[in-house]
Amino acid sequence: MDNYAIEMLNITKRFPGIIANDNITLQLKKGEIHALLGENGAGKSTLMSVLFGLYQPEEGEIHKDGRKVVINNPNDANELGIGMVHQHFKLVECFSVLDNIILGVETTKNGFLQKGEARKKVLDLSEKYGLSVDPDALIEDITVGMQQRTEILKMLYRDNEILIFDEPTAVLTPQEIQELMTIMKNLASEGKSILFITHKLGEIMQVADRCSVLRKGKYIGTVDIKDTTPEKLSSMMVGRDVNFIVDKKECKPGEVVLDIENMTVASKRHKNNAVNGVSLQVRRGEIVCIAGIDGNGQTEFVYGLSGLEPLKGGKIVLNGQDVTNSSIRKRLTSGMSHIPEDRHKHGLVLDYSLEDNLVLQRYFEPEFTNKFGFLKRKAIREYANKLIDQYDVRSGQGPITKARSMSGGNQQKAIVAREIDKNPELLIAVQPTRGLDVGAIENVHKELVAQRDAGKGVLLVSLELDEVMNVSDRILVMYEGEIVGEFDPKTVTVEELGLYMAGSKRKEVNTND
Amino acid sequence: MTSASKKRESLLRNNALQTILGSLLCIVIGLLVGYVVLLIINPSGAADAILAILKNFMYYPSAVASMKYFGTTLVKASALLMCSLSVLFAWKVGLFNIGAAGQYVIGAGACIYCGIKFGLPWYVCLLAGIVAAALVGGISGALKAYFNVNEVISCIMLNWIGLYSVNMLLSKVKEQSTPYTKPLSSVNKSALLPNAGLDTLFSNNQFVTIGLPLAVAMAIIVWIVLEKTKFGYELKATGMNKNAAKYCGMKEKRNIIITMMISGGLAGLGAGIFYLTGIEQWMVQQTSIPGMGFNGIAAAFLGGSNPIGVIFSSYFIQHITSGGSYVDKTVYCSQISDLISAFIIYLCGFVLFFKIWINRFLDKRDERQAAKELKGGEE
Repeated sequence: MDNYAIEMLNITKRFPGIIANDNITLQLKKGEIHALLGENGAGKSTLMSVLFGLYQPEEGEIHKDGRKVVINNPNDANELGIGMVHQHFKLVECFSVLDNIILGVETTKNGFLQKGEARKKVLDLSEKYGLSVDPDALIEDITVGMQQRTEILKMLYRDNEILIFDEPTAVLTPQEIQELMTIMKNLASEGKSILFITHKLGEIMQVADRCSVLRKGKYIGTVDIKDTTPEKLSSMMVGRDVNFIVDKKECKPGEVVLDIENMTVASKRHKNNAVNGVSLQVRRGEIVCIAGIDGNGQTEFVYGLSGLEPLKGGKIVLNGQDVTNSSIRKRLTSGMSHIPEDRHKHGLVLDYSLEDNLVLQRYFEPEFTNKFGFLKRKAIREYANKLIDQYDVRSGQGPITKARSMSGGNQQKAIVAREIDKNPELLIAVQPTRGLDVGAIENVHKELVAQRDAGKGVLLVSLELDEVMNVSDRILVMYEGEIVGEFDPKTVTVEELGLYMAGSKRKEVNTND
Repeated sequence: MTSASKKRESLLRNNALQTILGSLLCIVIGLLVGYVVLLIINPSGAADAILAILKNFMYYPSAVASMKYFGTTLVKASALLMCSLSVLFAWKVGLFNIGAAGQYVIGAGACIYCGIKFGLPWYVCLLAGIVAAALVGGISGALKAYFNVNEVISCIMLNWIGLYSVNMLLSKVKEQSTPYTKPLSSVNKSALLPNAGLDTLFSNNQFVTIGLPLAVAMAIIVWIVLEKTKFGYELKATGMNKNAAKYCGMKEKRNIIITMMISGGLAGLGAGIFYLTGIEQWMVQQTSIPGMGFNGIAAAFLGGSNPIGVIFSSYFIQHITSGGSYVDKTVYCSQISDLISAFIIYLCGFVLFFKIWINRFLDKRDERQAAKELKGGEE
């Protein structure tokens, strides 16, 4: 019992019909980085909610420094020095970094804020741990990485000793991830105890000291990172061996299914074009991947391609048909499928049921709407059940579950099922595995390859270099709205790609003439 | 868990039942608050006043008279029902049509003018009211769709534009000696809605017309359109997430405009089935917008924003509003009935709170139950 900062012993938490946490023990040593690994729905969030007093466990105890504590609400947790960086940041957009850090624990004198001391403390902390931020910048103006550093400073400012990071790298660029890893190591070496919740095995191997694995609400075990391998961890997590290398046959590119010439899209943020004269082709039977650091025009490129944003110039030919000025519906019915980047913003109507979401692209077809404009509810239900079975979409109440109440992984599965089942000629997949666990990622990758092997064109936009290298047949690097290089994943190295992604190298590629 | 308690629980989880319970609770609390206020003003008449409001037409001892006034309440309630359908329809598509009041006014202006000035038959007048109100609603919709102008702002401004335009228009067809428009029954009988024998049911109340069943039918049609059709599916998707609607190729701008036009049309129809009964003449000097459209907002929420639910909530609100006129005016001032109904309407917002509370309560109970059961099973 000597060195544990916090211990959760034999925690059991039940919900109607499900045991979310079944006798789970998690012991966090002082000064260690402890990873908590588990698939979507394995019970990680419930466990953390117990730690923060949002749920009371039916069984089990929480010990702090060897003494039993009772945590009834998040304030108790704060007083015990437990702090958390949530996956979705809890920051006030129109406040400055400093204001956000002191929010809730402001020092005042006669009712006036005393920001001088606070500023000094924040600057000291940011220097000590290498967390560079501009205290006066507004949250809405700074990068995601800086916002995250603000969240970390918030915990440090409150003198928290136990820091919980909930999937902190999901929103970061590769460079920012490396910075975060360094910061976490610094924090641990200064005696902070870190609980690191993630799906990404590479990051665990890189920074964590130990790792506890949950599967379907059960505690599987805790291992020392130096004694394990990513393969072992993932089979602990998923309960079977996971294939990291995507199995795929030789690529046999056929005729051109998508031909883009000189596409230009205006930017909403600055005066330059977000996408500047991009030309590319996708052939049947190949997966073309657009790699690049977030914010280099990939989003706008896809908006332009799918019709969500108007083009400033250029030409799009889909399957031999000029769709440059076509409506979104026209493009979608001409053989385009689109797995969108933001599943909550575009991909789903969250307050609709799962079945209504599954027919979002097809509800108007005679199969689902009769000639008087009435929906064929029975056909929709049958179709939804078919997709749910086929793609293993899990939810509480089947087709009538509200999409909002489903886990992120299953929401994504629903979208993938819907888009692939449309049987498209061209599948655009933008960050299709964002926020998914290893098992689910494997499934999505399989589906992409299956589409390719079925003779469809696949255009993958991804920020994950592993995914880029593993899945694609051809890599195009996008930098500041332009394609700066074309590579064969078999011959190029990650380091080489990184140089192009960061803009330090470029070569002229892909002239259509 | 016994099967009986399981049954009770699934009933309590039922959304419709929760709405009904919540609405009833609001009504009771509203009446209580109203009663307390009456007690404060003048303790002696409080109970009588509340009873008078609740009794409404039952104030008359004779069945004949009370049936007649029941009919009048129903006529007004049917107009209110149309206004609440108007608010509800837009609300389901994520728009707050506070302009139902103005669209109602425009609808009234158009149908009265067509009836008196051009001597047109009732169905043309009704259509004119619907079309005029739909166009006004469409203006707010277009502003929202193309310029992202908040529909609440544009609707409120259009409410006033509508009122004064209609006052101006109807001044041309008013009686010479009074500020009221000429009665349709004397100028153009063909503009009056047909009774279809319904008047005989209500002690020959001539104002009870086909407007009544028409309003109820519209409620059912609105329900069918929203819940059963492709069109409703598109509209609701646009309301809940206009980005997703755009992503899957729905014309989200068009949908917003159409929604506001339908919403306006419903309010216009409400004005038609009210004024084309001849029950009231338009007063061309009025400086406040008729409350029908605003009460429609309250009725829509009290009815749990369900097209069938608003049939009942509209009737109830009209019932107590009409009942207010039977309060003893020597004891209380004439606005007291409005005050009581205002309390109830104000409390309508609590329907949602009630639902949240009861769900939280049920969740807690289930958790305890599940824990107990599992423990029991292990032992």
